[in-house]
Amino acid sequence: MKQSITLGKVTKFMGLGFLSTFKDLFTGKLDKDDFKIFLRKVIVPIASILLFIGIWHLGAKALYNIEADFRINKALEEQGQVAADEMAACIAAGEVSCQPNTLPSPGKVWASFQSLLKDHALISADKAAFIEKTAALNETRVAKGQDPIVYTGRPSFVDQIFRSLKTVFAGFFLALLIAVPLGIFIGLSPTLKSAFNWFIQIFKPVSPVVWYLLVFMIVKTLLIDSSEDSSFTISFISVGLCSMWATLVNTAMGVSSVDKDYINVAKVLKLGNFQKVFKVVLPSSLPLIFTGLKITLSVAWMVLIAIELLAQSPGLGLFVWEEFQNGANDSNAKIIVAMFVIGIIGFLLDRLMLSIQNWVSFEKTDAI
Amino acid sequence: MSTIITDTAKATHNGIFPSNEVMLDLKDLKKVYPTPNGDYVVLEHLNLQIKKEEFVTIIGHSGCGKTTMLSMIAGLNPISGGNISVLGKHIKGPGPDRGVIFQAPSLMPWMTALQNVMLGVNQVFPHATKAQRNDIAKYYLQKVGLEDAFNKRAADLSQGMQQRVGIARAFAIKPKVLLLDEPFGMLDSLTRGELQDTLIDIWNKEKITAVMITHDVDEAIFLADRVVMMTSGPRAKIGDVLDIDFERPRTRKSVLEHDDYYKYRKHLIDFLEH
Repeated sequence: MKQSITLGKVTKFMGLGFLSTFKDLFTGKLDKDDFKIFLRKVIVPIASILLFIGIWHLGAKALYNIEADFRINKALEEQGQVAADEMAACIAAGEVSCQPNTLPSPGKVWASFQSLLKDHALISADKAAFIEKTAALNETRVAKGQDPIVYTGRPSFVDQIFRSLKTVFAGFFLALLIAVPLGIFIGLSPTLKSAFNWFIQIFKPVSPVVWYLLVFMIVKTLLIDSSEDSSFTISFISVGLCSMWATLVNTAMGVSSVDKDYINVAKVLKLGNFQKVFKVVLPSSLPLIFTGLKITLSVAWMVLIAIELLAQSPGLGLFVWEEFQNGANDSNAKIIVAMFVIGIIGFLLDRLMLSIQNWVSFEKTDAI
Repeated sequence: MSTIITDTAKATHNGIFPSNEVMLDLKDLKKVYPTPNGDYVVLEHLNLQIKKEEFVTIIGHSGCGKTTMLSMIAGLNPISGGNISVLGKHIKGPGPDRGVIFQAPSLMPWMTALQNVMLGVNQVFPHATKAQRNDIAKYYLQKVGLEDAFNKRAADLSQGMQQRVGIARAFAIKPKVLLLDEPFGMLDSLTRGELQDTLIDIWNKEKITAVMITHDVDEAIFLADRVVMMTSGPRAKIGDVLDIDFERPRTRKSVLEHDDYYKYRKHLIDFLEH
């Protein structure tokens, strides 16, 4: 009993309330009154997921047929009936050389997902073996003052996910460190506000691609002497600069629109500036600051893919780009896998922020 | 501590309450709001003297400038003309010598009841030890009946309890003047009655000069030594003043049963309906 209460609380807190409905289903705690809620919260989403997959499947099949017919007709027109029959047989046999290149079906995407996981298992094993093999050698190299030998093999899909997360969090913290303090100063001082307003209005709408190019120009020159790969530095700074605006604007707004009653209390008690900011202004603007941070994290995750692609920085963006360039039989399916992974991680990041927000701020926010 | 204050007051003023020393003095007070169609005069030629340890309630129609006057005394609203002095000194802006109980409880919702009171106490008694300051805050929270809610967050308290914290916060900073801006206006009548009792209990001990705005005729009579009636705006001023001669400490029952009660009540209602 106590455990289920905790689970319910925890999931609601994280904006994942639907999970506790599942638990109620399996523990037989649902009675008749709850059935409507169960229908709405569990059955309807599942039905809509199935419908989505169904439409996707039919759509993919139709697209596949258009591509296949086009190939067969082309063979017929250019090389005659025999070639057309050969092409039809080749497509039906599912051979790699003549596969129609189009939207993959849900089944193919699922298969690619599993093959990517298998690939990850292989690479992990390979990596572990490599580390074991070089352990002794590396020890002597380090003792001699040389750099240890590191694994330089191809990263797996799962590795790419973690690299992307690393980049996005580095960018997010950069945005937080710049935007929150700056937002506080701008919110507190009308003078600073008018000094910075043009800057915010002009740079806020700039595209991630342009931010990347700007950061590239600057970082390339700054790191001109360094032989290290600067793609990570460039991409996380670009991500940070693209995504910080929501936090900057929200923080400034939160700080400048503190409830007048609180300000009056601070005035009557003659609180000093430091106390006023840390005891009254900041706590009361936390909900808005967190709304900004939540938007920042989701924007960061969204632009990350484009920026990794441009910066050739390892991660999901580069994975998608390489698969697109690769043009292998299952490349399209892998791109769709990456799309779902990106979406799901984005959703989880959003819920993570919501949990932190509910943890630190006095206003409880419900998940949307 | 409160008994010491009372004793000295008795000694200097031969047991006559309230004393004759003027605590709060409003002289020819004026408030003007400039508008595109010329100046709007809210208050004009407003004169009022409030003696030490006196409890004055101010009654008048909505929009007559009562709140404007109170926030001017608090220093939250600039004075357009005339002056306000506390113990002979002109006021300059807000300060903890004038405690305010706002209409909305105005607690910091992210702080506990104790932290809210401590916010003021820390400011007014910076040289006391942490334990002493804690004791002061806890003493006043106990006085308003919140001994079980020290560590509850303000956001989790009911409106009535929040306003109790507001009362504790105002008394705990030991102001010279207490300003109350319709503090019970947002509460239901049962809670309002309870809070009036709480307020008058703690006030009987502390005897802090108080100015309270109210819409409620019964509240005005029950709490006050004097009821000040303001004329309707614009150019509001003091229309009439009624002395309430009930003995203190008062109980609601004794006040309601007093022969003069309905006379006072009629006087106020006649003024308001005039």
